[in-house]
Formats: sequence, structure tokens, C-alpha cells
Amino acid sequence: MLAAARMVVWRELLVAMRRRSDVATALLFFVIVVSLFPLGVGAEPNKLRAIAPGVIWVSALLSSMLSLNRLFAADHADGTLEQMVLGAAPLGVTAAAKALAHWLVSGFPMVAIAPLLALQYDLEPSLYGILALSLLLGTPVLSLIGGIGAALTLGVRGGGVLLALLVLPLYVPVLVMGAGAVEMASAGLGGLGQLLILGAMLIVAAAFAPWATAAALRISSE
Amino acid sequence: MKWFWYASPQTFYPLAAKLARACGLAAAVLAAAGLYVGLFVAPTDAQQGEAYRIIFIHVPAAWMSMFIYVVMAFWAGLGLALNTRLSGMMASALAPTGALFTFIALWTGALWGRPTWGTYWVWGDARLMSELILLFLYFGFMALHASIEDPRRADRAAALLALVGVVNIPIIYYSVKWWNTLHQGASVSVTAAPKMAATMLAGMLVMALAFWMYSIAATLLRVRGIIRERGAA
Amino acid sequence: MLEARDLECERGGKVLFRRLGLALAPGETLRIAGPNGSGKTSLLRILCGLLTPSAGEVLWNGARIQSLKEDYARHVLYLGHAPAVKDELTGAENLRVACVLAGISPSAEQTRDALERFGVPGDKPVRQLSQGQRRRAALARLSVSGQAPVWLLDEPFTALDAAAAELTRALLGEHAQRGGSVVYSTHQDAGLRDSRVIEL
Repeated sequence: MLAAARMVVWRELLVAMRRRSDVATALLFFVIVVSLFPLGVGAEPNKLRAIAPGVIWVSALLSSMLSLNRLFAADHADGTLEQMVLGAAPLGVTAAAKALAHWLVSGFPMVAIAPLLALQYDLEPSLYGILALSLLLGTPVLSLIGGIGAALTLGVRGGGVLLALLVLPLYVPVLVMGAGAVEMASAGLGGLGQLLILGAMLIVAAAFAPWATAAALRISSE
Repeated sequence: MKWFWYASPQTFYPLAAKLARACGLAAAVLAAAGLYVGLFVAPTDAQQGEAYRIIFIHVPAAWMSMFIYVVMAFWAGLGLALNTRLSGMMASALAPTGALFTFIALWTGALWGRPTWGTYWVWGDARLMSELILLFLYFGFMALHASIEDPRRADRAAALLALVGVVNIPIIYYSVKWWNTLHQGASVSVTAAPKMAATMLAGMLVMALAFWMYSIAATLLRVRGIIRERGAA
Repeated sequence: MLEARDLECERGGKVLFRRLGLALAPGETLRIAGPNGSGKTSLLRILCGLLTPSAGEVLWNGARIQSLKEDYARHVLYLGHAPAVKDELTGAENLRVACVLAGISPSAEQTRDALERFGVPGDKPVRQLSQGQRRRAALARLSVSGQAPVWLLDEPFTALDAAAAELTRALLGEHAQRGGSVVYSTHQDAGLRDSRVIEL
């Protein structure tokens, strides 16, 4: 079972490495969106500092959502998804492995460059840690929940936008807690509570989302 | 055992018509009674004046919007577990009515907010925001169902979505509520109900029953339409 | 042993077949024949568990495959229309992944041999292979999947040249002799000694 999971992650990483442009564009989208906001709201330093956590979080959310299409669509098209459904490992395990690989390729890079982007907003350097930590806990949840949406909308017309409509409401708690953690910290109130809640969301999502994704994959394979 | 006989769309079809007629009638009677209580019998509120009367539509609509989602999720779960066609059809039939009540709740909430607090939309209210997200969940359900060609796959995909949504609704509510306390500061909850006189509560309950009867009637008629459409009648 | 009872399949509002039953014993080769659109692919997908029939059930050693899930899938090799290979990976990498996902770990030698037998260059990305080579890269799985008793193949002989078709026939024959069972669909005579034919 673990061998199959390892193999899935390895394959995803290999494919991602050989299609580097796909991965890079999602990350670039993250950077561009974050950079757009000051152009829209004005460069007043206090305002930017105040909206920084929210902007970075929303951009991470949108970027993660955009790359969800890649999660299963290619596999569905070339027939490898069916083989995963018919695999020897429980489909939930395979789905979890796919979500992990998705996070490694799309989510983790965002965690890494978020502090750099926060520089644009003149966010307090002491907040970089909690910003990165909130993203570290939150982006895997986005990959896990997003996987359910991606699996449900396989091969369906209206794909990308429909996926957004399905998944964004479910992302709200993660956004609220994630951005909230940083905002609490910037107000001097710690933010540990929000991080703990994010951690709890991660555990619950890791436990349940793969099975929902597996059920959705079975439904979509018919 | 009788239940299983009615589980076939064919046998359910005529039953649905009869039930719909009965419930529709009940809805009309109850609505008349409820509105009478709400508009004429319940006393004027000391603080909010006559404008508060919109509560007799707003609160029952909000209750129904959430109740219908749970019922929808119930039928969805039943359909996935037992692989019955009718359950999936029931879930699909419920969604538009649920969305309607959610929309009514939001709209009346806004109309209430204007004269009372001077603004149509208040970001500071956890319940209104959760209602908005609930509306998106309904739309997502209907959109997903509409986008899938094969009716059985559509039923099952939407059913799974409904189940995932129903689990998330409390999580969304509590996270928004927390966010609300962080950001609100001085603003007050728009849907803070005035002190409940007994008549006010009675009026809302009667209206809730009326909405419930209406929902059953509308859903049953819609299910008949779906049964006809899929040629199962 | 694979058994199906009272299968009914409805696609796009049409009932493709109903009350279809079959029992597959070890060593049997079953051919599903019929014109395009008659439900051959649907029947195979029902048998492997990807598709739920509108009526009836499929049993593996007496238990419903819907409840067995991967415990049944472990015993099945299913090759559908799509070659199920990733364009970005080489033939060898694809074969290795497919095997591990199916629960077997062939040695590097075995995968190399399998690809060689089918004349597929193992170290070029599949994207650079021709359609025929892609099909053969997918079929290479037949060489290493002997431990899966049930083979469900959807039109395996399509677009194969004479040599590859002969090799495939040989592998199917070998599998049946080993005690495995093969269900395959085709709309022409494939030259195999079938135990039975189902006409849709």
C-alpha cells in the first residue's frame, strides 16, 4: 500500500519536473496577483501592511485552485486514472498521495516565497514566521479539499469555473483562520489559537477528504 | 414495507400529486394565518417600529434554507448508499426551493438592515454571511448537476457534493462567527431579534410551517417533472 | 471465479443489454462480440467494477465486487481503449508505475524484457512514440501480469500489426493455460480458441 502511494507521488513529481512550465505558471500567477493589489488599492503603507495577510492568503487560495485542474484531468484523459481506481491499493490512499504530490508542487513553493512577497507590503518581519506557518498548515488543506472538487468535475463542461464555484465556499474556513492567525499576531494577540484550529482542520481533512475524493473518482469514472 | 413500494418512481408519481395538492392547500392556509398574526396581531416593537415585521418572513426563510439543505443531504446520502433513483431525484428537486429560501432570507435581511441599521449589507453578521455561502453551496449543487450529461452520474456527483457541504456548514458558520468577533468592533448584529413576545414567536412558527408545506408541495411537483423528463413514469 | 447475474446496462437512455449472465472458470477465454455501440466496452467496465450496472451484480468468489473494491481489483488486469501511459514518462517508467499500482514489483530485467518483446523502446518518453508503439507499450503489461487471474481486455487487437497481434494471441493463450481467464472484446475474429462467445 505504501509502495503504491510512494509510486504515485514519485510519478507526479516526475511528470511535474518534465512539465516545469505548468508548475511555474501557477506560482507566477500567485506572484502576479499579490503584486496587483497595491496597484488597485493604492500604495499607502499602513493600508498595505493591514491588508497583506489577507491578500497573500486570497492569492494563495486562487493559485491553488487554478492548479487543481491539473490534479486529475490529465490522468482522466490518458486513461491512467482508471488504472488508479483499479489499483491494488485503496483508492483513498492513492487520492491522498495525489493530494500530497499536488501540495508539494503547488502549495509548498507558495509557502516558501510568501515572506518575499510580504516584503512588498512592508509586513513586519516578525510576522513572516506565522505567515509561513499558517500557509504551511493551510495549503495542504486546500489541496485535500480541492481534490474532492477536482474529482467531481472531471470531464465536465464548464470545468474550471464550476470547480471554483464548488470549492471556494469550502475554502472559507481555511482562509478565515489562516489570514486571521497573522492578523491576530500583528495585533499582538498571538494567533496560536487560529494555528491550532488550522492544524485540526488539516488533520480532519487528511483523514476524510481522501475518501470523499475516492468516492468522487469512482462516480466520475463511470 | 409500504415505503419500498413507493421507492419506485412509477408508483411515487401519482402519490406525489396528491401530497402536493394537500400540502399546497395547507401552505396557503398557514401563510394567511401567519401573515395575519405577523402583520396585525403581533405588537409593534419598542425599538424597531413596524420595520421589524419583516422578521416573519426572514427568520422562517432562514430556518427553511438550512432545514432543506439537511433534508437534501439526507436524500443524497440515501441515494448514494442504496443506489436508488428516486432519492437522487428528490435531492435535485429540493435544491431550487432551498436556494429560493436562502435568497429570500438574504434579501429580507438586507431590507431589514436598511431601515434599522442604515445599511443593506453588513459584513459583521455571521449568520448573514453563512447564508450567503449557503446560497453558493446550493448554486454549486445545481450547477454541478446541470453540467453532467448522464443523469445518474449527475445525481451521484451532486449527492456527494451535498454531503461534503452539509459537513462543512457548521465549520463555515463557526469560522465566520469567529472572524466576525475579530473584525466587528462596534457594529451590531443585524438579525438580533427584538425581545420575543409570545405572539411574535407564534407568528414565526406558523410562517415556518407554511414555508415547510410550500417546500414539500413545490418539491413534489418538481420531482414529478424530473420523473417525466427521465421517462420513468 | 468471476460470475455475473442479470446484468442490465443503460447508457444514454438506451438499454444496451439486460438479463445478461456469465460465469468464468479458470482457463476459459471469453470473447465478447458485437457491432460498435452494442455495449462491449460497458460490459467490460461493469465486469472490472468501473461501471455500476443499472441492474444485476458481479460476484468474485461469491462476494459482490462493489464491496470487495481493491480486494477484487488486485486480481484483475484491465486494459481499456486508452493506452494508460503518461506522455512525459518513458515506456519503462510507465510500465514500472503500472505494475506497482497493480500490486506487483517486477525486476528491471522483467520490464526491459516485456518492452523488448513488444518492440517498444523503453527509454524514450512516450510522447515521442508512434500510436502503434504506444498501444504496444500498454500491452507490454500482459507480459508481467501473470499473477492476476482475470484479464479484461477491451479490443486488444485494434491497430496492431501482424507480429504484435501474434504475440498478444500467444500471451493470452499462455495465460489461459496457466489457469487464468481472459475476457476480451473484438468486432472481428481474432484467431483465438475461445471457450465461449457472447454476442451483444
